[in-house]
Amino acid sequence: MIKTDILIIGAGPTGLFAVFEAGLLKLKCHLIDALPQPGGQCSEIYPKKPIYDIPAYPEILAGDLTTKLLEQISSFQPGFTLGERAETIEKLEDNTFIVTTNKGTKHSAPIVAIAGGLGSFEPRKPPIPNIANFEDSGIEYIIRDPEMYRNKKVVIAGGGDSALDWAIFLTDVASEVSLVHRRNEFRGALDSVDKVQELKNAGKINMITPAEVKGILGDEKVTGVSIIKNGEEEIILEVDHFIPLFGLSPKLGPIANWGLDIEKNAIKVNNALDYQTNIPGIYAIGDVNTYPGKLKLILCGFHEATLMCQSAYKRIHPNKKYVMKYTTVGGVEGFDGSKKEAPKAVIKKIE
Amino acid sequence: MSDISIKITDRNGTLHEIQAPTDMAMNIMEIVKSYELAEEGTIGVCGGMAMCASCQCYVKSNHELPEMSPDEDLMLAEAFHVEDNSRLGCQIHITPALDGLEIELAPES
Repeated sequence: MIKTDILIIGAGPTGLFAVFEAGLLKLKCHLIDALPQPGGQCSEIYPKKPIYDIPAYPEILAGDLTTKLLEQISSFQPGFTLGERAETIEKLEDNTFIVTTNKGTKHSAPIVAIAGGLGSFEPRKPPIPNIANFEDSGIEYIIRDPEMYRNKKVVIAGGGDSALDWAIFLTDVASEVSLVHRRNEFRGALDSVDKVQELKNAGKINMITPAEVKGILGDEKVTGVSIIKNGEEEIILEVDHFIPLFGLSPKLGPIANWGLDIEKNAIKVNNALDYQTNIPGIYAIGDVNTYPGKLKLILCGFHEATLMCQSAYKRIHPNKKYVMKYTTVGGVEGFDGSKKEAPKAVIKKIE
Repeated sequence: MSDISIKITDRNGTLHEIQAPTDMAMNIMEIVKSYELAEEGTIGVCGGMAMCASCQCYVKSNHELPEMSPDEDLMLAEAFHVEDNSRLGCQIHITPALDGLEIELAPES
């Protein structure tokens, strides 16, 4: 069981900044995120895109914002459960919560802060009628264990970085790699496109473009796919695995069943006070919440995270006196023993 | 500047005739959001960067539209339910020339 003070669901910018504000109050945080890396949409959807409305940064790339937030919070030593989705929540008699992930990891905390953005990222599944019948018997939307493709015939569909990168990687593992895309052009990084070109020329990747996988063949397991190439007859390709890599789209997911008041796919919170939900001890901050006048902006998420932490502190320490301290005055004392503070003024006497 | 009129068929098949301002630098995705014609969180997921295809729509009228950028074209190449008249709503800016435009929202995917 992982124990912490504030359990944050979602490791996007709002969740990450909450670690800093909690740290100033000596509260420890642990974050759960369905993605394998922190940063949320900033790292998953648009790492190379600039953001222009982060105060004091005239321009910052979304990926750099994530890097800087991680640097800012590192001395508060947050814990991470990555690549797992928060599935269930249970409130115990002592008012603490147990949150369990889809992989069974259990977390215990007196405060839960949902910073889940638009939800957890789920793979986008192509609308092929019988595709659901083959999930985990030849269809994989996410590559978890590349070894399962050893000496197998694999077809990948998609035009972004993950399709290119996995096609490249699997040439060393699978016996046959085909890549199907509806265009001859790819969205991925230029180096990857060049590498795939090289592997195609060397006969290691069978490129089928512009084309689309339209059907899946097999009884219990995938034995092949049918592919339609622009203006041509259907091609049947014998394969053991079909890996559609069409990116991820966020879904609110299991959080929708936690008994929270939900409106327009977002969690209703008390914005007059502390961004608490209808369940005391559970807060919702950033894009995942809603209230009159809500704006889904990173900078608003930072503010909400700050107020949430103050309220969380009062819940955890109801009888302790506390006043907010400016970091310029109080410095930043990390849980790792580090201390950052304003340098003392140099005083010099005039003789 | 005056508003223009646009006909939008939502994902349930209901037709809405709405007024869209031409002076607010808005696009079709944003108009759909502002009139709440698609459920929050199911459209404009990437915010309008042509990076998610959640605002895919079918253009039903013969209006001359801005040319597709390579970003939009490649995003549509990975979208589902794509037809010859598919566009990303976030890449179509509202201009007076689009008065009378008719579009239908593509299914959620």
